[in-house]
Amino acid sequence: MIGLTSLAQAAYPEPMAGATLAHYLAVSAIMFVLGLIGFLTRRNLIIMFLCTELMFQAAGIALVAFGRYHLNFHGQTFVVFILTVAAAEAAMALALIVLLFRRKESLDARSWEDLKG
Amino acid sequence: MLDGLAHMLVTLGDGGALSSGIARAAAGADLIKLVPAITLGATAMCGVFAAMKVKSKLPAWFSVASLAACFGVVLAVFLGHDGTPRVAHAFDWINFSWTISENRASVTHDLVSNFAFYVDSLTLLWMLFVTGLAALIALYASEYMSHDVGAGYCRFFAAFNLFVFSMSCLVMGDNLLLTFLGWEGVGLCSYLLIGYYYTKDSAVAAGKKAFIMNRIGDLGFVLGLMSTYVAFGTLEYDRLFDLIGRGVDGAGQPITGTWVVQVIPFLFAIGAFGKSAQIFFYVWLPDAMEGPTPVSALIHAATMVTAGVFLIARLYPLFAADDAKLALSFVAWSGALTALWAATIEMAIFDIKRVMGYSTISQLGFMFAGLGLLTPTGAAYHTFTHAFFKATLFLGVGAVMHGFGGQLDLRRLSGVAWMRGFGLVGVAMLIGSINLSGVPGTAGFFSKDMILAQGFTTPGTTIWGAQAVGWILLVTAGMTAYYTFRTYFRVYVGPKEFTPGEDAHAHDDHHGHGHKEDFDPTTAEFDPHPPGAPMKVAIGLGMALTLLAAIPYFMGGHAARGEHAAPGGWVGGMVAHSSAAYNTPHEGFSFLGLTSHAAMYFISAGVGAVGLLIAAYLHGPKGWQGLWIGNRTEAATSRADALVPLLGRVVTFARNKWYVDEIYDFLIVKPLWVLSHVLYFIDQWVVDGLVNLFGAAPGMTGKAIRPTQNGELHGYAAWMAGGLAVVLLVVILVAT
Repeated sequence: MIGLTSLAQAAYPEPMAGATLAHYLAVSAIMFVLGLIGFLTRRNLIIMFLCTELMFQAAGIALVAFGRYHLNFHGQTFVVFILTVAAAEAAMALALIVLLFRRKESLDARSWEDLKG
Repeated sequence: MLDGLAHMLVTLGDGGALSSGIARAAAGADLIKLVPAITLGATAMCGVFAAMKVKSKLPAWFSVASLAACFGVVLAVFLGHDGTPRVAHAFDWINFSWTISENRASVTHDLVSNFAFYVDSLTLLWMLFVTGLAALIALYASEYMSHDVGAGYCRFFAAFNLFVFSMSCLVMGDNLLLTFLGWEGVGLCSYLLIGYYYTKDSAVAAGKKAFIMNRIGDLGFVLGLMSTYVAFGTLEYDRLFDLIGRGVDGAGQPITGTWVVQVIPFLFAIGAFGKSAQIFFYVWLPDAMEGPTPVSALIHAATMVTAGVFLIARLYPLFAADDAKLALSFVAWSGALTALWAATIEMAIFDIKRVMGYSTISQLGFMFAGLGLLTPTGAAYHTFTHAFFKATLFLGVGAVMHGFGGQLDLRRLSGVAWMRGFGLVGVAMLIGSINLSGVPGTAGFFSKDMILAQGFTTPGTTIWGAQAVGWILLVTAGMTAYYTFRTYFRVYVGPKEFTPGEDAHAHDDHHGHGHKEDFDPTTAEFDPHPPGAPMKVAIGLGMALTLLAAIPYFMGGHAARGEHAAPGGWVGGMVAHSSAAYNTPHEGFSFLGLTSHAAMYFISAGVGAVGLLIAAYLHGPKGWQGLWIGNRTEAATSRADALVPLLGRVVTFARNKWYVDEIYDFLIVKPLWVLSHVLYFIDQWVVDGLVNLFGAAPGMTGKAIRPTQNGELHGYAAWMAGGLAVVLLVVILVAT
């Protein structure tokens, strides 16, 4: 199973030698779940946006970990793209949030319920 | 103008091809085409008057004039008629032929059914009284319907003229299909006129009943018509009679003893029974009395209901072609039983117009019995005399209705003939009554005698049970005398007493007697409203014609041609030259050295006298008007009331028309009602349910899912997360 295979296949500082892929994936999963819970429970648009970023980065950690596991740069390449997209998206999303705030003087997601189809 | 129209029609007729073997009609017979043309034109004109909202009696005078013109035309054709059947061709209607190969030989078939009129003496006999009485009754209706001037007046006369048009197509049709067209046409007009007072529920129901009962009979007619075409390959009377005369069907095979002569007459008989209100079918005619009285007089007494008699007389060769005479025995028995059955009801009921209705059924029974007893002459003569005396009786009853605010209960009217202005009505009713009950010397006496005597003359071996039919008819003749004079003694003579009917104010408002709308017949003063000049003229003429109708019995056939007098006099001569000609058996019983017909004069006179005297004893007023044997002193009661407890429930049963309507309701209407509701339920819930389920499924799905689209961002997120979870779960379960 891939889960318990050591990541320390090349020369890595000692404290990291015992870290396996599973540890990284666990961190990634915990981050993702935190982001999900935050997204589902908070009403503030900015916090919700931050939570989506958290889930994004959780996915990035998983990708980097897999890339390291396979000893190639595919994962890191993906993460670079993700960061680029996330940066652009952050700019746009925050701009949207500012516009939405100007309309309703509120950041509550529920104030936009009437956008339902 | 008429001459011009006639010329035009004659020219039209010359253009058409005549496929029949009969010689080209002389100009005289061609004139008959004017009758349908005039009546149809008059119908259209009444429609124009209605569109112009004419507020006068113009439609009535126009109708009277056009119907009188029709009578003139028929009379002219009759006077120029030499006894040979003619065909007057108006225009081609259905006329095509085709050739097929059968057994290596090409055979040509055709279906010819033109708008052509078969003019023989039977046709003319019928047309004479149809058009004559129609003109007379239109005159009567001009006053009778005057309360409706400007409202339904045009509608009434439009339907009236359309009726005469349909009746002329029925009677004069040259083929069965045109006869059928007229047959349905008179049914339609009957429906329209019974339901004339369309705001009255009972009138609407009676119209529907008449229409539906007639449709059941018409099924027999249609089947007979189709079978005739299948058997003989033609619907034209002259070709049909030629084939039957030679005893072969369309393919040249002998018809004796085959289904052709055994089944087809039964089918036509069913059709005739429906139209003429005979056994099983009669229930519509009493209800048809809901229509205005002129309609009852013309359509439901004198003319339309005799269409069945005409149909059988017209097709008499077909009926008589069967050696066993099964269909004719059936007709004889049906007629006799109908006559007796209706007479029992009449003896008990109190509505004088319904009495006339049942009496018509009973007299039609006599006519059918006459047809069945091999005397089409007797049947035709009785139709002829009955048309006049029954029309007169109805006109008289109509005058009473008109005068007493629709009162028809014989317990609430008495001594009408002695009231101011009603003398003529009293005389007319007396003349009608003596004819109906067969007092010697009257037209009704001679015509009924021809049928009665034939019951004892026709051998029982030819017509099954002919003597029994004769006895039934003889008893019925006695009952007829009783119920006729029961009404007469109660209503027209005796102490002057009356209670006006419910629609008393309707008549009075119009005639300016000054009563208010809230007129209460039980308390307010009410002057009987005597008939005016048009009604008196019509009643007087009807009365005169009734008396004159006895004369033809003593007239020879066409004396001008040196023929000796046929039995039944003039009518006998007319029938003898038509399709209804039949060598009626005359060697019957002899009684005290008299021939059967002469003996029957005395027997039927005696039976009638017994009925009349019983009526006088039970219902006659005190003194000579009750022939010194009656003792009635008030309108409501008579000696007959003492008989009611003795007879027990029989009277109640008869008074309720033997519950026939209720039995039909239970046996036919209710099961149909249940069946239709079961089918309705199946349609509503199974068929519609299935269709609606398919329609509702997408809607219901949408309704179930719609709440998820609530605009709540977190809801969508939760669904996404849940969906992701499900996908992951599936992946894990499948992968491991």
